Amino acid sequence: MKFTLSWLKQHLDTTASVDEITYALTDLGLEVEGVEDRGAKLADFTIGKVLSAEKHPDADRLRVCQVATDEGEKQIICGAPNAREGITVVVAKPGVYVPGIDTTIGVGKIRGIESFGMMASEREMELSDEHDGIIELPSGEVGDRFVDWLAENDPAKVDPVIEIAITPNRPDALGVRGIARDLAARGLGTMRPNPVPEVEGAFVSDITVSIDDDTLDGCPAFFGRLIRGVQNGPSPAWLQDRLRAIGLRPISFLVDVTNYFTYDLNRPLHVFDADKVAGNLRVHRAKGGEEIAALDEKTYTFQPGQMIISDDNGPESIAGVMGGAETGCTEETVNVFVESAYWDPIQIAYTGRALKINSDARYRFERGVDPAFTPVGLDHACAMILEHAGGTASSVVSAGAIPDTSRAYRLNAARVQSLVGMEIHESEQRQTLTALGFKLEGDMAHVPSWRPDVMGEADLVEEVARVASLTKLQGKPLPRLTDGVPKPVMTPIQRREQIARRTAAALGYNECVTYSFIDQASAKLFGGGADATMLENPISSDMSHMRPALLPGLLQAAARNQARGFADLALFEVGPAFHGGEPGEQHLLVSGLLVGRTGPKDVHSASRPVDVYDVKADAEAILSAIGAPAKVQIMRGAQNWWHPGRHGKICLGPKKVLGVFGELHPRVLEAMDVKGPAMAFTLWPTEVPMPRKAGANKGALDISDLQAVERDFAFVVDAEVEALTLVNAAMGADKALIEDVRIFDEFIGGSLGEGKKSLALTVRLQPKDATLKDADIEAVAQKVVEKVTKATGGTLRG
Amino acid sequence: MDDLKSKYLTQIADAADEASLEDIRIAAVGKKGEVALKMRELGKMTAEERQVAGPALNALKSEINSALAAKKAALADAALDERLRSEWLDVTLPTRTQRRGTIHPISQVTEEVTAIFAEMGFSVAEGPRIDTDWYNFDALNIPGHHPARAEMDTFYMHRAEGDNRPPHVLRTHTSPVQIRSMEATGAPTRIICPGGVYRADYDQTHTPMFHQVEGLAIDRDISMANLKWVLEEFVKSYFEVDGVDLRFRASHFPFTEPSAEVDIRCSWEGGTLKVGEGDDWLEILGSGMVHPKVLEAGGIDPTEWQGFAFGMGIDRIAMLKYGVPDLRAFFDSDLRWLRHYGFAALDVPTLHGGLSR
Repeated sequence: MKFTLSWLKQHLDTTASVDEITYALTDLGLEVEGVEDRGAKLADFTIGKVLSAEKHPDADRLRVCQVATDEGEKQIICGAPNAREGITVVVAKPGVYVPGIDTTIGVGKIRGIESFGMMASEREMELSDEHDGIIELPSGEVGDRFVDWLAENDPAKVDPVIEIAITPNRPDALGVRGIARDLAARGLGTMRPNPVPEVEGAFVSDITVSIDDDTLDGCPAFFGRLIRGVQNGPSPAWLQDRLRAIGLRPISFLVDVTNYFTYDLNRPLHVFDADKVAGNLRVHRAKGGEEIAALDEKTYTFQPGQMIISDDNGPESIAGVMGGAETGCTEETVNVFVESAYWDPIQIAYTGRALKINSDARYRFERGVDPAFTPVGLDHACAMILEHAGGTASSVVSAGAIPDTSRAYRLNAARVQSLVGMEIHESEQRQTLTALGFKLEGDMAHVPSWRPDVMGEADLVEEVARVASLTKLQGKPLPRLTDGVPKPVMTPIQRREQIARRTAAALGYNECVTYSFIDQASAKLFGGGADATMLENPISSDMSHMRPALLPGLLQAAARNQARGFADLALFEVGPAFHGGEPGEQHLLVSGLLVGRTGPKDVHSASRPVDVYDVKADAEAILSAIGAPAKVQIMRGAQNWWHPGRHGKICLGPKKVLGVFGELHPRVLEAMDVKGPAMAFTLWPTEVPMPRKAGANKGALDISDLQAVERDFAFVVDAEVEALTLVNAAMGADKALIEDVRIFDEFIGGSLGEGKKSLALTVRLQPKDATLKDADIEAVAQKVVEKVTKATGGTLRG
Repeated sequence: MDDLKSKYLTQIADAADEASLEDIRIAAVGKKGEVALKMRELGKMTAEERQVAGPALNALKSEINSALAAKKAALADAALDERLRSEWLDVTLPTRTQRRGTIHPISQVTEEVTAIFAEMGFSVAEGPRIDTDWYNFDALNIPGHHPARAEMDTFYMHRAEGDNRPPHVLRTHTSPVQIRSMEATGAPTRIICPGGVYRADYDQTHTPMFHQVEGLAIDRDISMANLKWVLEEFVKSYFEVDGVDLRFRASHFPFTEPSAEVDIRCSWEGGTLKVGEGDDWLEILGSGMVHPKVLEAGGIDPTEWQGFAFGMGIDRIAMLKYGVPDLRAFFDSDLRWLRHYGFAALDVPTLHGGLSR
């Protein structure tokens, strides 16, 4: 919403400066977005007086003028026909920038004679399109700044333009008068009266209006007048200046009037060329499919139920949103029908949204204009038309009735203190509300018809507080919920999320936060991409579906980094993935991705390509950090984006999957343009069982002072036999004595023959009661061999 | 005997290596060495002679032994020194590289915010990213026709043919978590709800996903003055400054009344933000007293309970505090960016240790 200072002053009698006004506006909740100081670009122009003007000896049209300026007498060559002795002019001295010709004036020679500046026209200073000659001022002292002269004599030309943001609850501030009312309530001046003009109805309009019964809830009231014999044409300069200042293009007087009152009094109006209206006007609902060519030169098709103003020829206006081109006013219009109607905000909002029309009328009607002002606004417009364009007006044509929005709420003066925490005396509260247009009867505050947002006691508090200024609010400590040291607030899962994240970072992974939506093709690679997870209105096809997993986002990140020349990557993300489109159909994941080598090549030859055991180690480390049990099963058969032979599911039983690690399927990498191989893990932190014990006690440490003994074994087994089978079998040989079993060597093929491998393991024995004797050790060793050969069908390697 | 002593001590001193030292030991104090032979002669001596010669021989033996041990140690030292002289490494060579992982600024700042509000008794509530339009809008006093709905650039979920429920939305703010939390716990309550939110907007300063933290405190007599204090304390703690001016500006949000936008005093010099000084004001959050209709929607009786709510952008305050220029880069996962703006694994923000370092 834009307006100029002088426009504001038409409604507000104030001496406040622009700064005071803008500060107050922002503080009141009418946030100033910008102030355009139109005088700034003219600040260097000064007033001069032409002392003499003689013909240039070498040019018929040029005059050599001696001009009195603030820096003494200057010689200026001028080509304007009106440059003559005695006139008061505006001078741009050397060094001054002239906006209209985008030039900085210098000292120059024109046909051999020196010139020390320029005398300016209105167009050269961007004041108007006038360029028939240089400005002749009717008054002004030599040396004064021209902007000061303008401010005094023609302020509309240099008026600052103030732009404010309007929150949806304040339709009343979409008119300059509403803004003035807020400022007056704040004490920045007093409201000037805006009397209702008397419009004489000289005849009965031959255009009548009707509202269908089923449309009265959308158009409760419609008022109009027919004005005959107007002379349309350009608007008066002051009106054009105002519209231009706020960025509207003056069109013709009849149209400009409607725009003017839209902004001045938040009263959108429409003017029909009465001679183009066939028969009478009827407000009704669309059956669906009707078409209208609107004023924006586009054709719209009505949907069933939307409101139309029709005449005998069909739709002539998209009710409350935009008029039709057919009956629009032109320069030739002589008979005009002026419409002022009240439209239901909700229906206008839906129609505007459905037809995708953003008009000033829709913007205001959907926020709610003042229903009671509907006929008054009509007469303001008609009076202005009669005054400037002549003609005679009919009596008022009307249909429906102004809806009753009267309501009152109790003003509880103590509520400001208890809700806001400001002490404001009751009399001041009443005064504020009165200034805003509320009528107080006892402790009941009757809401003015222009404030549809005030719907309860809390709104009264808000009005009082904002006018008093929330800036004055003093903070007051919020008492603690409990005395003493605050308790921890995070849930176990939130803690897990944090620990998983920090463990992954400690393991050398860089955390990414990628978008929750990805393209359908990538989603499909990871089991997603179904319609249930599809966005209805994605901003691009790259972001069309909710991600089914974190890996596709990480792979896309890897591809981008590879394209930038970073081949060795360790990326991870912690966040939700979506298995459906209903609230709650999301699950927390931790995923990590390794691509390339463990590091750049180095003198120690330590760098090597990343492999499955890297991600297995990292997955295990994170699971361990978030409290997963050490004893897990590693199973195969995870989803098809994993390499079929190179992945493992970390499980507690066949159905309880804590995580998956492995190499990603080469086809997936190819589809996602990632140079592989790539290793990854995905963990489900919520699947890790909650610890059973309550409390922090770790239990007593059970250790033995007796020396532990280690024995190594090597077994030859089939190549498909898994190491974990050996370890579990060996562990089972003596549960009391065997503390740990570790695989330390794997050897495949060679002298062992095709399909065989050797696995070597260390068994650590920890006696608890007595030192182990050779016979004890031998006995356990034998059992280890027995168990392992039985479990694997392998043999002890000799 | 003195001859013997000086002979062997000289030999020991002159020995060049451990082998010759061993030869000397055998010759001198070995079983058949000269000292042993002298010892044997003691038997032939008179008692008087033996009383003199015995201790002298023993002293001689121990003196030689000490000299041998000392020389052996000296030789070992010399040998070690000699070996170490040849053992030289170019210690300017680089090490085996270790990857340095990082925490994303959004995670870090979320933890910072959580630490501060936890101290004031706020716990962390969470809710679904896909939500019904009732939780995202209606329950927050934003009915279907409300202009705020259109202004929010909402992402809608696809609806299958025949499913005539209003489409679900990607939550446009973290405020629906307020409602879910109120439903779950009732009043009194103090929560913050950090998390991702979505709006269909993408340009220099907008990304279709960003992060917010919502705050909600409901009790019998919580006022806007308490809100101001909480935010003042938060801003001071978060920006790690001693004092800060907060400006409450009247505004409007459908879910709060009265509503205020909150600015902090700051200065911008050479593109660097300094909080708590200067003449500029920076808008950092929206807030207000929870609208009675919102309390009702959450199942809380507005005639008994009241409280405040606020919401701010996590990405935004991360940008302000850590000088991150471009929002879009947060979600691009550029390794260089992650390394530069990321945080070390052990940089856990705490109030006792400090939020940043």
